[in-house]
Amino acid sequence: MQEPGQILDPNDTGSVLDEPHGGDLHPHPVPLWMLGGVFLALIGLTVLTVAVTYVDLGKFNLWIALIVATLKAGLVAEVFMHLMWDRPFYRVAFLSAAVFVMLFIGIALMDTGAYAPDVIQGYAPAIEQ
Amino acid sequence: MSKAARETGYEGRSHVAHYFDTALQQYETHKLGLWLFLVTEILMFGGLFCTYAIYRARHPEIFMYAHTLLDKNLGATNTIVLLFSSFTMAWSVRAAMLGQRKLLVGLLAVTLLCGFGFLGIKAIEYNHKWQHGLLWGERFDYAALQDHGGGHGEELIVDEHGDEAAHHGTEEHAEEHAAEGDEVMAELDHDAEIALAHGHAPEDIPRNLHIFFGIYFVMTGLHGVHVIAGMILIGWLLRRAIRGDFGTRNYTAVDLGGLYWHLVDLIWIFLFPLLYLIH
Repeated sequence: MQEPGQILDPNDTGSVLDEPHGGDLHPHPVPLWMLGGVFLALIGLTVLTVAVTYVDLGKFNLWIALIVATLKAGLVAEVFMHLMWDRPFYRVAFLSAAVFVMLFIGIALMDTGAYAPDVIQGYAPAIEQ
Repeated sequence: MSKAARETGYEGRSHVAHYFDTALQQYETHKLGLWLFLVTEILMFGGLFCTYAIYRARHPEIFMYAHTLLDKNLGATNTIVLLFSSFTMAWSVRAAMLGQRKLLVGLLAVTLLCGFGFLGIKAIEYNHKWQHGLLWGERFDYAALQDHGGGHGEELIVDEHGDEAAHHGTEEHAEEHAAEGDEVMAELDHDAEIALAHGHAPEDIPRNLHIFFGIYFVMTGLHGVHVIAGMILIGWLLRRAIRGDFGTRNYTAVDLGGLYWHLVDLIWIFLFPLLYLIH
């Protein structure tokens, strides 16, 4: 049992999987350079995603925007939200939510695609009949 | 409070509820509970993203047109404000864990200020849309859009001519089009001759443009509600941090408040390109 105020082990990765700690908290502060680095990377990716809209890549614009957003989300989740050092179960919960949202949207889009878009004349002018 | 407790925010087991064996068990239970809550949040926003995806797949012309009516610069500024607040929040969790109390108070205060900044910029955007009738459903003002080209920059002064024409159009064509429930198009048809001279040509304005703004206001509005909830949470953390509740042994509340704030940031990370940066 650690005493209050005891200096923490600098080699402690903070992972609960490492070793038993006698039920006491074992904080894992993320190094400041890492937080700052992730912040700068997020700003960089934001600049990139804005810059890409000035280049016409057809359908790929949307996919690039989504991939960049997913990268940013991954950085926030893994470092800012500490998933990298926590129990893997939190990541499983988080990813399962993302997977189910993608399934939901994917199947809903397939379903919508199975119906004629232009039952009302001129209702969906941009869709090929 | 003893000296040790002042340094660590920890008085024996005092912050561990009686139904937990250890501080670690309590921390992990709280954290798991918060993650499960975040999962439900993702699924709730998932429903709105699904609406967005279906509508965009069917009506890309509406999205291609409508995003030009949003202010990309304000959206990008807000993204940076929110990312910065996420950074200061993550740093404040670190400060709490290391028992850096003054730093913790300062960082939480900066995070809270960023929240106000975000809402302030959002208010400017909403106000602009309100003035120009870029709203949901029947509130959407097609006549104003034609006359003033979406009002980029300039103040909207209600054009008597256009306004009158719009009313006139509705009445005149109402009977013909009522069966189709299509009064908006009636207005557009009638205004064609008048509005061509200035502003957006009516034939360029896709029909059902108001649905984009319905989606925009629901998604950014629900996100805004989450920002407000996060700010209340951070305000409460700030009060407790000033009181000296947190330290190397007691930082769960800061940690979990941070997780919530990061999720709000995560959702904005997807909202920004999908609403503002359509190409």
